[in-house]
Amino acid sequence: MLEVRRLAAGYPGRRVLEDVTLALRPGRVLVLLGPNGCGKSTLLRTMPGLLSPLGGEVLLDGRPLGDYSPRQIARKTAYLPQSRTAPSITARRMVLHGRFPHLSYPRRCRREDYEAADRALELAGALDLADRPLPELSGGQRQKVYLAMALAQEAETLLMDEPTAYLDIRCQLETLALARRLAAEGRAAALVLHDLCLALAMADDIAVLGGGRLLALDGPEEIYRSKILERVMGVRLGRFAGPGGWRYFCELPEEG
Amino acid sequence: MKDLRISSTRIKYVLPALAALAVLSALLSLCLGAAALPPGEVLAALLGRGGGTAAQIVLYARLPRTCGCLLAGAALAAAGTVIQGVLENPLAAPNVIGVNAGAGLCTAVCAALWPARAAAVPLAAFLGALGGVLLVLGIGYRTGASRMTLVLAGVAVSGMFGAGIDAVLSFFPDALNGYADFRVGGVANLSMSRVAPAFWVILPAFLLALSLAGEMDVLLLGDETARSLGLPARRLRLVLLALAAALAGAAVSFAGLLGFVGLIAPHMARRLAGEDSSARLLLTSALGGAALVTLCDILARTLFAPYELPVGVVLSLLGGPFFLWLLLRQRRGRRRKRA
Repeated sequence: MLEVRRLAAGYPGRRVLEDVTLALRPGRVLVLLGPNGCGKSTLLRTMPGLLSPLGGEVLLDGRPLGDYSPRQIARKTAYLPQSRTAPSITARRMVLHGRFPHLSYPRRCRREDYEAADRALELAGALDLADRPLPELSGGQRQKVYLAMALAQEAETLLMDEPTAYLDIRCQLETLALARRLAAEGRAAALVLHDLCLALAMADDIAVLGGGRLLALDGPEEIYRSKILERVMGVRLGRFAGPGGWRYFCELPEEG
Repeated sequence: MKDLRISSTRIKYVLPALAALAVLSALLSLCLGAAALPPGEVLAALLGRGGGTAAQIVLYARLPRTCGCLLAGAALAAAGTVIQGVLENPLAAPNVIGVNAGAGLCTAVCAALWPARAAAVPLAAFLGALGGVLLVLGIGYRTGASRMTLVLAGVAVSGMFGAGIDAVLSFFPDALNGYADFRVGGVANLSMSRVAPAFWVILPAFLLALSLAGEMDVLLLGDETARSLGLPARRLRLVLLALAAALAGAAVSFAGLLGFVGLIAPHMARRLAGEDSSARLLLTSALGGAALVTLCDILARTLFAPYELPVGVVLSLLGGPFFLWLLLRQRRGRRRKRA
């Protein structure tokens, strides 16, 4: 389990976040919400050690992150960055790279690695893309391949920075459904999202960041009732009962 | 973009075909020259059964030259592949980013100060090449490392090192007497005693680079993804650049400032073998570079026989236009992206 305690995060000379404490529990989907520049991505990058914490600590299975080698961390946490390149390689090759932390020098892929890659492709719904070169794929298809790569890593914790950015609505829903499925398998997932309504509908826990702090960490119901999102994001949130659960909507607050 | 989908059957034949081409060009290179020798006699000489002048020519004039061509071509092409991959810059190559010039300067200094130490030259060349690449990389990091900055910094650094070579040669005019056409690169008058030390640098450096091909693949995914997969990206980049410097430096230590192999061969290799696997790309590029330099040297020897051109001249005549075409294509690509 990955957790942070009283974490201060940011870049040398620029603190972005202060005093954040949260844990990514197995079987749960945590969504990070907050306005642009509030430090969601910074938090997500600090958790797997891509950024060094400025204060506080990051714990992996109860031990400080510094006790682990980068490769050991990569076997336990997969991270999907916001900006994603599209090198001229096939999708399957790309997904195979997710096996990298499991291979020791000189990194020859074994049969089980190919199997893991194909499993991940299937899980991400991208098996039919396996032999296509990445630059040929659409944004949504590429996203699925990247997701498959993170899945091939077979890590217990998945960190995804805006996994739905630039995706059409169907791809967005599919991505979130996949996150739910992974949680049902017992993995922990942390997602940065911009769509409050999707987040409220699908998250187990929601962390609201703003003003450089963690403002709230709770289930969607409590977050909705506390009206914290309305204050932080400057919008009005509403909901009505739909078949099988609440339907959330979001609008500009009335003037005056 | 259509070239991306390369059938796997075709890829299977690329390496054997290139290996055959390299062997064939080597045989041709042994047979052709001021005096054409029949292949049978060449083979006999190689096996130690020949005699007379033919065997003398083959063993002491042509064999070192052919080996030099193969070795320099393979090493520079492999260095170019590594450099282009690691810097994610298709315009980078050992001669563009100051690696060759750095190696050249150290070779000149070493040859001027310790003329008797032929075996030390590849080591000095390696240090010079490493100095060159680190200098350019440092400038690149300082200025934000756009692709063009790196190339421009390389041009400036190459110019400075080039001036250094000329300065050394004005003080020690005989320093590079053993070298044919050092400034443009040449393999005439090579002896095995100069090729052999370089070989012992190039072979381990190439094998090491090949063994790091998996890491290179991951590095190509971008820094953030590579690091999230547990790859120490920065350290690996330095290791790979050092290996490229060793490869290019060793080649320069006996062949002089051969340009353009390190630029052209990797591009051709990418077309032929795709970019799925850095290991295959490295092998393809090395074989292609070896064949390319050897064939160019045959041209250089036979086009105006009995006069000879330095092989570097032929390579530059072919490579210059290729580089310009690459530049134009890049520019056009960027304009299209902006539109």
